[in-house]
Amino acid sequence: MYKIGVMGGRETVMGFKALGLDVFPVDNADEARHTLRRITSGESEYAILYLEENLAAELSHEIDRFKDSPAPAIILIPGRDGTLGLGQSALRSAVERAVGSNIL
Amino acid sequence: MATITPTRMVLNQMKGRLKTASRGHKLLKDKRDELMRQFMDVVRRNKELRTKVEQGLTEAFGALSVASAVMSPEMLEQALLYPRQSVALNVSFKNIMSVNVPVYDFRTKTAEEGDIFPYGLAQTSGELDDAMTALSGVFEDMLELAQVEKTMQLLAQEIEKTRRRVNALEYVMIPDLQKNIKYISMKLEENENSTKVRLMKVKEMVLQDAHHYKY
Repeated sequence: MYKIGVMGGRETVMGFKALGLDVFPVDNADEARHTLRRITSGESEYAILYLEENLAAELSHEIDRFKDSPAPAIILIPGRDGTLGLGQSALRSAVERAVGSNIL
Repeated sequence: MATITPTRMVLNQMKGRLKTASRGHKLLKDKRDELMRQFMDVVRRNKELRTKVEQGLTEAFGALSVASAVMSPEMLEQALLYPRQSVALNVSFKNIMSVNVPVYDFRTKTAEEGDIFPYGLAQTSGELDDAMTALSGVFEDMLELAQVEKTMQLLAQEIEKTRRRVNALEYVMIPDLQKNIKYISMKLEENENSTKVRLMKVKEMVLQDAHHYKY
């Protein structure tokens, strides 16, 4: 049985806590990096990890490590200030990788 | 090129390899095309869901902002601190063209819909209820988004790999083999010609010895 994690600013993750997900409130990218390493090390019990976009920009290296493994799936979600478009760009980069050029 | 020995045995080996390579090329090309078809479906679905989720979350966060405006931060934190609901996720795998992609199936601990509100209604505002409803509504889409996005990444990786293999076969392996086969068969033909000429010459010399022919 796996769990679902949500990582982001305190305000962002608060609501997900009530839905019964595991939340990891973090204040900055460094803290996020440490938390990410901690919960993905060894036999990970998290199959999905939602990550707030504004943290993702500085963690792209860490995120890329999980791109080719079946678990965990790291999914970017917009923060409270609205979307930054990073989620869309992840989609574009996947298309580029597969097709060789951007066809969207 | 220079290292191959022009013998009939090597020629046969090369022909066999060319046959295998062409067959492999055809199969991999089919695999790539089918993967690509599946991939485009997934991408389309991903795009849809991404837009939906981002919109839904923005709305939910907006509602939450309103709720936090009418309630004190302490009250809000207190209301959400101890969830009544918990979610367990079951992951199984589906095989798409020999790529294992995850299928998520989630179960909430309690089935009652009201359990997304982990607080008493007396001390909290109605705005918080709205926010929680919006959030739980978008959550199901988020789950599907996770599945679709992971599928997309895994497929992209497999397509990249297959594409490289197809190209390597098409532009390197097969032309190389064809070139080698041509080289060997020309070399063999040459050898055959020179043997023939030598035989004719020998025959001529033998005849000259026997009959004292003069030219």
